[in-house]
Amino acid sequence: MTQVLVAMSGGVDSSVAAALAVEAGWDVTGVHLKLADTPAHLQVQGKGCCTLADADDARRVASTLGIPFYVWDMTEEFQRAVVDDFAAEYAGGRTPNPCARCNERVKVVGLLARARALGFDALATGHYARVEGGRLYRGADAAKDQSYVLYMLGPAELERLRLPLGRLTKPEVRATAARLGLRTAAKPESYDVCFVPDGDTAGWLERRFGPRPGQVVDAAGRVLGHHRGAYRYTVGQRRGLGVAAPTPRYVLRVEPAAGRVVVGERAELATGTVELEQTTATDGRGLRPGRAKVRLRAHGAEVGCRVVPLAPGPERPGSPGTGGVRVRLDLDEPVDAVAPGQAGVLYDGDLVLGGGTVASTGSL
Amino acid sequence: MPYLDYAASAPLRAGALAAMLPLLERPAANPSSQHGQGRAARAAVETAREQVAALVGAAPAEVVFTSGGTEADNLAVKGAVLARPARDRHLVCSAIEHHAVLDAAAWAEADAGARVDLAPVDGLGRVDLSRLAALLQPGRTALVAVMAANNEVGTGQPVAAVADLAHGAGALLLCDAVQAAGLPGVDMAGDGIDLLALAAHKLGGPTGVGALVVRSGTSLRPLLHGGGQERGLRSGTLPAAAIAGFGAAAEAALAERRTGAAPALTALRSGLLAGLRAVAPDLEVNGHPGPGAGAPDPGLPGLLSVRFPGRRAEDLLLLLDRHGVACSAGSACASGAVTPSHVLVAMGRGPAEARETVRLSLGHASTQADVDAALAAVAQALQVLAPQASSGPQTAPVSQGVPR
Repeated sequence: MTQVLVAMSGGVDSSVAAALAVEAGWDVTGVHLKLADTPAHLQVQGKGCCTLADADDARRVASTLGIPFYVWDMTEEFQRAVVDDFAAEYAGGRTPNPCARCNERVKVVGLLARARALGFDALATGHYARVEGGRLYRGADAAKDQSYVLYMLGPAELERLRLPLGRLTKPEVRATAARLGLRTAAKPESYDVCFVPDGDTAGWLERRFGPRPGQVVDAAGRVLGHHRGAYRYTVGQRRGLGVAAPTPRYVLRVEPAAGRVVVGERAELATGTVELEQTTATDGRGLRPGRAKVRLRAHGAEVGCRVVPLAPGPERPGSPGTGGVRVRLDLDEPVDAVAPGQAGVLYDGDLVLGGGTVASTGSL
Repeated sequence: MPYLDYAASAPLRAGALAAMLPLLERPAANPSSQHGQGRAARAAVETAREQVAALVGAAPAEVVFTSGGTEADNLAVKGAVLARPARDRHLVCSAIEHHAVLDAAAWAEADAGARVDLAPVDGLGRVDLSRLAALLQPGRTALVAVMAANNEVGTGQPVAAVADLAHGAGALLLCDAVQAAGLPGVDMAGDGIDLLALAAHKLGGPTGVGALVVRSGTSLRPLLHGGGQERGLRSGTLPAAAIAGFGAAAEAALAERRTGAAPALTALRSGLLAGLRAVAPDLEVNGHPGPGAGAPDPGLPGLLSVRFPGRRAEDLLLLLDRHGVACSAGSACASGAVTPSHVLVAMGRGPAEARETVRLSLGHASTQADVDAALAAVAQALQVLAPQASSGPQTAPVSQGVPR
């Protein structure tokens, strides 16, 4: 019998994924990852993915399904690979995607390695995406599709990954949970970054870094105002600039070394070319030149583009072999406010080709 | 199913169940009631009180039934602190006390004006008597807390010597004997213990009941107020059935101790350790029976705390569980995750070493067959985990698709 480890966050999606894994006839074991020592005063009921209530919900679902269940403390891995990285990216003037990073380092790839080491054949998760014939595809529910945060998976991972929700819609998942009497059936969605449970990313960063005051300038370098920390800003942001101007001003780029936030007109946000670094391809053979569609933020629209591979990019400090190739994307039409640090994910129809991290952008 | 987790909870003894059933089947049985059924329940409670007192060398009137070991420790620490004037609320706890003592002491420090000092332990987990003595403030120290034997590593403590030090400074001695009360046993009067905490389920009784044995004349403030049961120290209707089960378990544990159960259990554990060393030569033993343990061992005869270098205890436990073998890692936190043990850290182990530690504990119903089955499962589990251990720390085998 196929031995499958199921990652159970305590939400309805992974609960149903576990239930469907059991219905598929697999030998299923549930595991809940403890990702943070969230202080009680920051624990918000039903939010985030690491509260005590979530561990209890996951445990209860596992017992309803009659499967063994364990809690693994991955606090250190999560802190290092996701939380510290999140802070460092903002401090570097980029806009990270912590969920992609978590899937890459902890939830999917990290857990898969551990599952394999323990003798499991596969890992199942509650992501809305499909794995078919060893390739990664969009989930059937376009509104919930999470293929964007799984783009970094390669053939070795995809071969061992089971995504039981791939052909279901969210209402179908909730109906399945209700039919099976799972206590998580009506649990609210979690949207926020789980380690910033109050949703106040700027406040979280300020507590971590302290104030780093600097100037708000226009593209010509004229000082328009002052700010408490460049890390509070992300490309395309309009609020909280403290700048009086006849027309709305938007953040064009963040220059943390100089402590400057550069603002301008909306039209100046238009991005025509994007360079991706640390790219990966889901077939494991590298991104190739040609046409594709690219998505540049989690729930953003897709735009057609031409993929132009460049030279191998720089490695992450201390992580040899992490360069990938740099890839330039020439967009068919301009996209507003593409932030360095975000993931750029390439599609061919529903098939995920791969992607990388936005390194820089250019106008047309 | 091989059960090697007695230190977490021992299986209910048949005698304990037999003592409980008649009281559970009876229609109503408040031991405080003035009718025949109430008197019968009360009689069962008083029989149990005698049995529990006999187990620890105390007088029956000194036994205060509680909801378990945690409540007993809390009543002892908080009750002793609150019985003293604010300026004399100094506490000394060994660094390896159970959280029921340490966290109650932390509460006393935060909310009752107490000051808490922790007495360090050596590499085997034995409290350092000279450093403990140096922490005492004669006249000011209200309570010294040193457990009889540690729940995580099994190391026994020099309780009588600690009692002399504590009394010399005018302090009470709290001895948490939750693990040691059965084997090797404690002697309340002989060791000079003022407050002694017990839990029924570690002896083969039911969960939900325990006792604080309070030496007569000890001044203590109650935490629970109400009907004034247990001489006003612990209000609340006495759970007669659970208490009867506790008493029967205590009696059986005492009988075992007198008929040589401790050497028999030590021999079973020695076989377990030898078998583990055969499949894991790099294994390390935490605490007792440590290297050079020559003198009579006051520790827990059935407990073995071992570290498998390079293997996460979490992973080992999962694989053993899949073979139906039950044992423990470090202490489990509220979420159920395994957290690095404060006991091992106090003994000088790093957090990573603490995370590789597994606790195997034997008890009243353990057999050689349990040990053999556990050894077979450990051997298989280590085989599965071996590749991970030899491939270096934290190197996840990832494909080309994941370069970061």
